[in-house]
Amino acid sequence: MPKLIKDGRVVDDQWQGEILQPEQIPESPAAPVAVQLEPGQGPATIPCALSNLGLVTIFFPAFTDGRCFSYARELRESGYTGEIRATGHFIRDQLFYLQRCGFNAFQFAEEVDLDACLASLSDFSESYQAAVDQPEPLFLRR
Amino acid sequence: MYVYDQVDQRIIDERVAQFRDQTQRFLAGDIAEEHFLPLRLQNGLYVQRLAPMLRIAVPYGMMNSAQLRKLAEISRNFDKGYAHISTRQNVQLNWPELADVPDILAELASVQMHAVQTSGNCIRNTTTDQFAGVAVDELEDPRPWCEIIRQWSTFHPEFAFLPRKFKIAVCGTESDRAAIHAHDIGLELVPHPDSGEIGFKVLAGGGLGRTPVIGSVVCEWLPKKHLITYLEAILRVYNQLGRRDNKYKARIKILVKAMGVEAFREHVEEQWKALKDGPSTLTDAEIDRCKGFFTEPAYKQIDGLAAAATVKAQGEQNPEFGNWVTRNTVAHRVPGYRIVNISLKATGYAPGDISDVQMEAVADFADQYAFGELRSTHQQNLVLADVEQEHLFDLWQKLDALGLATANIGYLTDVICCPGGDYCALANAKSIPVAEAIQDRFDNLDYVYDLGPLDLNISGCMNACGHHHIGHIGVLGVDKKGAEFYQVSLGGSQDKDASIGKILGPSFQQEDMADVIEKLLTTFVGLRQSEESFLDAYRRVGLEPFKEAVYAKAD
Repeated sequence: MPKLIKDGRVVDDQWQGEILQPEQIPESPAAPVAVQLEPGQGPATIPCALSNLGLVTIFFPAFTDGRCFSYARELRESGYTGEIRATGHFIRDQLFYLQRCGFNAFQFAEEVDLDACLASLSDFSESYQAAVDQPEPLFLRR
Repeated sequence: MYVYDQVDQRIIDERVAQFRDQTQRFLAGDIAEEHFLPLRLQNGLYVQRLAPMLRIAVPYGMMNSAQLRKLAEISRNFDKGYAHISTRQNVQLNWPELADVPDILAELASVQMHAVQTSGNCIRNTTTDQFAGVAVDELEDPRPWCEIIRQWSTFHPEFAFLPRKFKIAVCGTESDRAAIHAHDIGLELVPHPDSGEIGFKVLAGGGLGRTPVIGSVVCEWLPKKHLITYLEAILRVYNQLGRRDNKYKARIKILVKAMGVEAFREHVEEQWKALKDGPSTLTDAEIDRCKGFFTEPAYKQIDGLAAAATVKAQGEQNPEFGNWVTRNTVAHRVPGYRIVNISLKATGYAPGDISDVQMEAVADFADQYAFGELRSTHQQNLVLADVEQEHLFDLWQKLDALGLATANIGYLTDVICCPGGDYCALANAKSIPVAEAIQDRFDNLDYVYDLGPLDLNISGCMNACGHHHIGHIGVLGVDKKGAEFYQVSLGGSQDKDASIGKILGPSFQQEDMADVIEKLLTTFVGLRQSEESFLDAYRRVGLEPFKEAVYAKAD
């Protein structure tokens, strides 16, 4: 079973079903579905209510494509509380920022030492600006 | 100036630790070159022609004497004993070793400095007026706002992988010394037309580089408390819709142009709806906290007229000093004080370069004469902002002894110039030798003064680090079949009436550049009306007379 990082731990991939493209999803799915987003195909392309989703994967074609960061944040700001999984070609050194934007699962396309990667989730102990992990900016907490 | 508390210090220390680990993993072969690239760039590290280049951030150009002494020490211990002031008010080292960079960053952190986001496709160092807080024409000090923007943009998790670099400038004065029209976002502190309350005029989509564009007004007047949420909305639009398929079309200026400013504004307003009045809305407490770092120093009560009379008398006795006061010092809003520009444009030295010995001396002068603070300017000079007129003569003598009193601020030989092909891997052509040839040719200062204010800007390539588009005379190094040539443009301006220079015609060889500049200036002197400046004369007569003079066939 493929491994990934989820909620700060190395775990097996629990998602059993298919992962759909947004256009494959009905407006009112009967059971929770998984959807794959990618740059150019953001949260606005999801046809159903976010509460119908069991998993959102956001695919990085290249680690430098920063659109994915905004997509995760917009999903969280719209009230989605399920798993947001980064897939594809992001890198370990982005984990801290990805987590701040609302990603809580990370499935690398490349072979990496997942246990070693966990350290990068806590590169910083404090941040200036508000984000998903800390909705209040530092200036409200000084 | 802003002083770190424990949290600011912890964040910057953790950044050093993060990059130390990344550098070790890279040197051990555990991070691929392409993955390390943006990591090192966002820590200021380029790999250049001869060695890495480290760009150290000077947030909005403010430094204290301890920081400058640290820069002197670092340049001596890790480099060749000099540093370079860049056109973004930052400090560059040309010869550090990659393996030393984490140690350099740790040294910087010990004096509350860093190299964060000085490069890479992220929000860069926010810049402002080098005379902020002391200028006579200032509506409001822009520096607290720069600091608020610095904190918001530092390690912003959503905007570290933008389509391209992103630069913000703020100005709070009538005359724009921050070139806000040439930035991705330009912010101007302006009164509301009805209430008079001060807010921000927000421009977006300005920029230089390959496609120079003057910024468009996105918001005529934004209440101050909404600054961060509004910036966040602009960045979100740009991050999602900016082009990523072609790096030459990836800046926000291309997006704003392609969409039209009205459509762009609608997108921003749409994004802003979700953010406006949210937790990032600035509180009075935070605004006051930041303003509290930029209060007045302990100015003395001085009879301004008497102080000016003394300086005038000293100047009559020593005309060289008098001339320096006229050319290199600027009116201060407090009676009895002057703003002193320290010229880093002596002939024979690369524009903007300063040695370790000079840095240490200037740090001492800052302590003795200017409340321990100084500024770097985007014209690549330094400024002591609060000097008592009574001390000007002493200061001048000391600066002169160090080669730092060249009386040319704002004139032809105060050349703005990128490091160019001598150092930079991106450059098509050298820029420093062109600056030097021009400074050599025009060594008669009286002639230079007679020409009036003149911005000569030289860039070694399209990236336009020398801001050639907004020079009254701009010079751009171009590559023609492997040979270095120089294209000349006229009529650029960075002031409120900002304009992009027009290309004169076919490019020139390096050895002809001083002749070309001389022909342009002779033409100007011939057609100028009374005290007209070069820019005004150009705007009156256009490109043609200059073109004819420069490209005329020899008889």
